[in-house]
Amino acid sequence: MPFRARQLSGILALVLLSLLAGGALMGLVFEVLGGVGGFTGFDSYIWRIARFTLLQASLSTLLSVILALPLARALHARPDFPGRSMILRLFALPLALPALVAVLGITSIYGRNGLLAAGMAYLGMHQIPDIYGLTGILLAHIFFNLPLATRLILASLDTIPEDYWKLAAQLGMSEPTRFRLIEWPAILRNLPGIAGLIFMLCVTSFTVVLTLGGGPRATTLEVAIYQALHFDFDIARAVALTLLQLALTLAILAFLGLAGRPTEEGQTFRTTTRRFDDPERATRLFGSVLIACGFLFVAAPIAGTVVSGASADFGRLLFEPVVWRAIMTSICLGAAAAFLSVLLALALVSSREHVATARGYGPARPLERVLDLGASLILVVPPIVIGAGWFILSRHYVDPFSLAPVMVVAVNAAMAVPFAFRVLRPAWDTMAARNNRLCAQLGIAGWTRFRLIDWPGLKRSLGAAFAFAMALSLGDLGTIALFGNDTVQTLPYLLLQRMGSYRTADAAGLALILGILCMGLMMLADRAQGDADAGR
Amino acid sequence: MQDDRADIAKGGASVRLDNVTFRYGSMEMLFDLTVEGSAIAAIIGPSGSGKSTLLNLVAGFEKAESGRVWIGGKDVTLLPPSRRAVSMVFQDNNLFAHLDVFSNVGLGRRPDLKLSSADEDAVSSAIAKVGLAGKEKRRPEALSGGERQRVALARTLVRNSPVLLLDEAFASLGPALRHEMLDLIGDLRDETGMTVIMVTHHPDDALRLSSMLFFLEEGHIAASGPAEQMLSPDGPPLLRKYLGSQESEV
Amino acid sequence: MRPVQTIHALMLALAATLGANAGAHAAGKLTVYTYESFTAEWGPGPKVKEAFEKECACTVDFVAVADGVALLNRLKLEGASTKADIVLGLDTNLTFEAARTGLFAPHETDVSAVKIPGGFEDDVFVPYDYGYFAVVYDSEKMKDPPASLKALIEGDPGEKIVIQDPRTSTPGLGLLLWVKSVYGDDAGKAWEKLKGRVLTVTPGWSEAYGLFTKGEAPMVLSYTTSPAYHLIADKSDRYKAASFDEGHYLQVEVAARTVNGAKNPLSAQFLKFMIGTAFQDAIPETNWMYPAAATSAPLNPAFDQLVKPAKTLALAPQQVFENRKNWIDEWLLAMSK
Repeated sequence: MPFRARQLSGILALVLLSLLAGGALMGLVFEVLGGVGGFTGFDSYIWRIARFTLLQASLSTLLSVILALPLARALHARPDFPGRSMILRLFALPLALPALVAVLGITSIYGRNGLLAAGMAYLGMHQIPDIYGLTGILLAHIFFNLPLATRLILASLDTIPEDYWKLAAQLGMSEPTRFRLIEWPAILRNLPGIAGLIFMLCVTSFTVVLTLGGGPRATTLEVAIYQALHFDFDIARAVALTLLQLALTLAILAFLGLAGRPTEEGQTFRTTTRRFDDPERATRLFGSVLIACGFLFVAAPIAGTVVSGASADFGRLLFEPVVWRAIMTSICLGAAAAFLSVLLALALVSSREHVATARGYGPARPLERVLDLGASLILVVPPIVIGAGWFILSRHYVDPFSLAPVMVVAVNAAMAVPFAFRVLRPAWDTMAARNNRLCAQLGIAGWTRFRLIDWPGLKRSLGAAFAFAMALSLGDLGTIALFGNDTVQTLPYLLLQRMGSYRTADAAGLALILGILCMGLMMLADRAQGDADAGR
Repeated sequence: MQDDRADIAKGGASVRLDNVTFRYGSMEMLFDLTVEGSAIAAIIGPSGSGKSTLLNLVAGFEKAESGRVWIGGKDVTLLPPSRRAVSMVFQDNNLFAHLDVFSNVGLGRRPDLKLSSADEDAVSSAIAKVGLAGKEKRRPEALSGGERQRVALARTLVRNSPVLLLDEAFASLGPALRHEMLDLIGDLRDETGMTVIMVTHHPDDALRLSSMLFFLEEGHIAASGPAEQMLSPDGPPLLRKYLGSQESEV
Repeated sequence: MRPVQTIHALMLALAATLGANAGAHAAGKLTVYTYESFTAEWGPGPKVKEAFEKECACTVDFVAVADGVALLNRLKLEGASTKADIVLGLDTNLTFEAARTGLFAPHETDVSAVKIPGGFEDDVFVPYDYGYFAVVYDSEKMKDPPASLKALIEGDPGEKIVIQDPRTSTPGLGLLLWVKSVYGDDAGKAWEKLKGRVLTVTPGWSEAYGLFTKGEAPMVLSYTTSPAYHLIADKSDRYKAASFDEGHYLQVEVAARTVNGAKNPLSAQFLKFMIGTAFQDAIPETNWMYPAAATSAPLNPAFDQLVKPAKTLALAPQQVFENRKNWIDEWLLAMSK
């Protein structure tokens, strides 16, 4: 009975997620059937931007993963690298930054007036770097996703038993052999999941693509959806484009074999395995250089943000009640979203483990695959579509403005589920493997089991997932804006508002506050997870 | 890298820890022992007494803070694990889960798995020697616990190291299976003349292989001698106390 | 019981933190839909609210959405059941489309006080401010700014400009119409030439202006009034607007009452108030636009330093509505070559 309940909880979570996206689409479809224009089909323009969407997302994914591989290996080989844990925390930050802040940070380094250009001019080279175009898009997407990929690959490497490293050392495996026989199989199990996640994040890119893309040649489907819904108010087209985006993403993931393959291990924050191989000096040096490069690549644009933020008038900014209210609102909404997100992720994780355990060594069942992938697909449904759909559905029954906080929480929670899922899964699966039989024997089940057995072992991982989900929600901008309620002002909302009325320094200051909040949350998450691993 | 090992004659090599110190947390360890070539030594002691650390120091996974480590009359204190003439078998994870039995054994011959036909013959005969002929293509998940340890032993055979270290290698096997494995070790020792050092928490393992016994307590060797003598009623009181408390635990 | 109470308390606390609107006075309440920067605490909203509430002894409720386009979308979504009495913040590119929805009522207000360059006449919409699109440049980097749209289009491609996307932003559409009204059928060719000078095309004004002030490009598409902000708030005359010989494209921002709102006597009172001095005084230094009617005192001298267009360009709202899609396609084609 409790087993069935666990399976049900995952299905319920999936239903909730698909209701959030599907309900919105249904709402829009009904509106179209109600007579607001009709869909006229895709023109060559749509196919052109669809091609570009997939091209940029594939390239971004490929580059992020390829560059993350050696970086994660170097970080894994050097558990004692100075500042390593700070580097890893920093690597959680880019995803939490609003796109506009990140884009300005990137241009402050690589732009025409950036640090790189200044350095080149100092060295007597007067060729101005031109990142606008595919280069800029890829640069920004690598900035967002290289750190994510690195953390996820590092977590895969951490699942390699210490004994393997002892064996490798004793057998005298060379560097390439170690990679081929020990590291690659561990990474390969998780690579489809990692690449799929990054691909979906890149497919929906909007601000980055337009701002750094250099012109309308660089247009993604997300832009067209926004245009259709926001500017042209062509609901039919928006729905059709959203479905196209979903279908293309699924098709590509399936084609690459990324869909439906269960992700083996997830993201842990523990990142020190004792390595018994003694790398050669040259290898160590190469690793150090790699880590330093990766650190600089991620840290420089963030430093650019910090530097421009530091020039803000904090004396005034921190005495504005509206700023404090925005901070409080962000924290409240972020916490609520994170709570819901962790709850959904927990339901998915436990249900997936239950299905996987039940099948034993047989092939993964469809439900398991759906539980694995389904949660992530929400990333490909544009928030503006979810927002508009629910607005239409709800307007006859409630005041849509009163829905704003609920929608913001729901959408942010949904968008953070794929990440919370990856934090919780390894912890849950380990706990399950250890406790399932014992609990079955002793007849501990259901709520009692969660309270007595799972909760004590999981609480720190739950805390880590909560902090990560909250950091992600803090940076969200999209959802708030579409429900158009200026009584719910979050920090990124305030930031964009100041930016929109010439108050650039204020905006930079707010970005800094936002960054510090996220960094603080990641340090909490780290500490929680560190304790969790120490307790294992 | 094989050179350092090749200059040791086939057969057993003596192992000597000469006043080796090592610090683990707040515990200071000091080991001073000699195991003659082709001998079998059993190391017992309470958990946390430094048994595995001792093996790790021999294998080179831990570096001595002071003192010297000798294998076959050669000072290996500063050598990395791959250049020490030892093979080690752990309790778990001796096999790579994604490689079949043949490849896992083959790794002992060539760590990059580029096996010549001579290598392949050696691997096949080692697999036959440990009684696993016909299971070459199996993955570790399709083997029993005892069979997995046999694969690990086959690998040490193709490595041809004069010293074999067993780190509670049979701890998770049942008594009958454990005895079977110990007998196999005995046979292999008789055939190759290799030196065997094993960490165990079953004193009767030491009796079965008529070995030297070293009793460890808090990071140093508290007592040592032939197993029959040490484990007899006339053995050191220290050891009797440990054995008594262990029995009452069981 | 306990958890329920806790959740209830939490919700109340959340509502309080969010500063949710308290229940309005049933007696007199005016609901105004507008865009976000209008209601921001440094925008005209707070001053306008205070002044009108004093005058009418009623409550003004602002409901803000992202921008003028979102405003019209919101109204279309709500249809006849909208709660808005007044919709404030549409511009002249949207009025034709807005009028066609049938959701707006005639203003029935004396608008003789309104002074808009080129004149303005409409039964439904009442202007409250206006401005001109302009190329703003960094005088420290550009000694020789373009003096005409032609000079901009044909100038040194090494000196870049950041513009906005007409598919997603109002200024982007403004530039599109500006080029159209100067070049007519040759607009496509003009864009092909200008393309080499465009550093990038951003989704909105903020991204473009952010890149510009970061020094990524010496020029940005903005308003003639943008330098006024830097003159008054930053005490800096570094950023200037370039005056173009062909004239500048006009943007007029308007308000109107909804059919529902026409039943509320406060709505007519508000439109009248809107073109009075109390409202108009707030506009220049909060919305950074020109007031549509007289203010009680002369504008800050900084406004005298701004570019005054020799000629005002504007296309008819109906013409914009009918051709927008084709013109955007033309733009896309030219810019994608």
